[in-house]
Amino acid sequence: MSNPIDQASAATDLFSKFDPLIQQRQQLLDAGVQDPFSLVMEKVLSPTRAICNGRETILLGTYNYMGMTFDPEVIEAGKQALDDYGTGTTGSRVLNGTYQGHKECEDALKEFYGMDHAMVFSTGYQANLGIISTIAGKGDYVVLDIDSHASIWDGCAMGNAEIVPFKHNDIEAMEKRLKRIPEGAGKLVVLEGVYSMLGDIAPLKEMVRVAKENGAMVLVDEAHSMGFIGENGRGVAEAEGVMDDVDFVIGTFSKSVGTVGGFCVSNHPKFEIMRLVCRPYVFTASLPPSVVATAATSIRKLMHGSNKRAHLWENSKNLHGGLKALGFQLGTDSPQSAIIAVIMPDLERGAMMWEALLNEGLYVNLARPPATPANMTLLRCSLCAEHSEEEVRTILGMFERAGKAVGII
Amino acid sequence: MDRAEVDSSIRSLIEPFNKKGVEVADNTTFANDLEFDSLTVMDFVAAIEDEFDIIISMNQQAEIENYGQLVDAVTKLQN
Ligand SMILES: Cc1ncc(COP(=O)(O)O)c(C=O)c1O
Repeated sequence: MSNPIDQASAATDLFSKFDPLIQQRQQLLDAGVQDPFSLVMEKVLSPTRAICNGRETILLGTYNYMGMTFDPEVIEAGKQALDDYGTGTTGSRVLNGTYQGHKECEDALKEFYGMDHAMVFSTGYQANLGIISTIAGKGDYVVLDIDSHASIWDGCAMGNAEIVPFKHNDIEAMEKRLKRIPEGAGKLVVLEGVYSMLGDIAPLKEMVRVAKENGAMVLVDEAHSMGFIGENGRGVAEAEGVMDDVDFVIGTFSKSVGTVGGFCVSNHPKFEIMRLVCRPYVFTASLPPSVVATAATSIRKLMHGSNKRAHLWENSKNLHGGLKALGFQLGTDSPQSAIIAVIMPDLERGAMMWEALLNEGLYVNLARPPATPANMTLLRCSLCAEHSEEEVRTILGMFERAGKAVGII
Repeated sequence: MDRAEVDSSIRSLIEPFNKKGVEVADNTTFANDLEFDSLTVMDFVAAIEDEFDIIISMNQQAEIENYGQLVDAVTKLQN
């Protein structure tokens, strides 16, 4: 007679593969550090302030680069859409899920990038997943930077192409691999404008040229540069003067745009067929009307954001210079984006520093392996155009006190 | 290059990555015996690719678990 309990204990626990991670996490918590991955913001006061653990906290770890989340016009557009179109579409973009607002949002994107086609996805993650897995098929080659975002890697894993990574931002390594691809095979080079872990940018001018010389199509993920980098906020490709040679730009509404959603823009004459063949576009519900309304309004405002862009650059320079002067080790020698990564000696002191900053009233992002390059532990600071010059000075004071208390500087 | 030549060439390429001086045989695994992490794998693969002027895609790497399989794969790829 079989005993169900015995059977259960004999079965392999599918969760046992997570034991090392569970253990590492427990060790950290046992050392008395607050769990950095379960912070709750009780109230959000503005793009740069929230109440965390009952105290007012400066937010320096959001992707709200342009501070659009509380823009009155953007909020009004969302409220109006809720009233006019309801709370959700309950359907796919290709069936009942395309409303007037989705079209208007795609029109705003086409105008923002000066491109012929725009396709809005439910998230940026799905945009990468869908576009990469769909356009690169069996026998094609995807050549990508080793530090690419998880959504790019997952797009590669979901498709059937040959995947060829190269060393981060290494133009020569990329070129060598492109030249070794068999004659006649389709080639897609995937790059990011800003790499979000260290906040460094890609040398797109050379990389895009080399990709084109070797007959590859180019996809650039500009998630962390939209609205901020480039004369019109189109991203690093614009700043480097290679916008016309980029075949596909991937982006997100979850950062500068200030809501949620993702997109791909392109000038490819056959681009519209993607709407029928791209599974992460077809087999999921479309964004709620209020979300696309806020996105479209925000994107149109970002077109005229040059003053905010200039102020955000000032913030980035001030924070980078200040932290460097205090003796912190940073991810880049010079400020290249709105992300400043502070390199921690190890995970334990990283978590202590994170907590010390939170107690000072400052929220930053703790990033740890495997999400980080070279197994680094990072405190990632991301600035907002709504941070004032004085706030940046306050932030530097907090870093100085916390850094000394933890013994990092 | 025949298999023996590929073998001896890869043997010298692996040396700087074999920090613990593990004895390398055909059944030596990269993940367990040599304890290569993903960064080491990338640098090691790049060194082989440059030496033989080939591409070992991630798809092909997924099939290679031990040293012997690597030598077989490279022998095939460079022909
Ligand atoms: C480079 C990059 N691409 C894509 C995404 C995905 O964006 P989303 O939050 O819209 O899924 C992110 C954000 O996490 C990102 O950093």
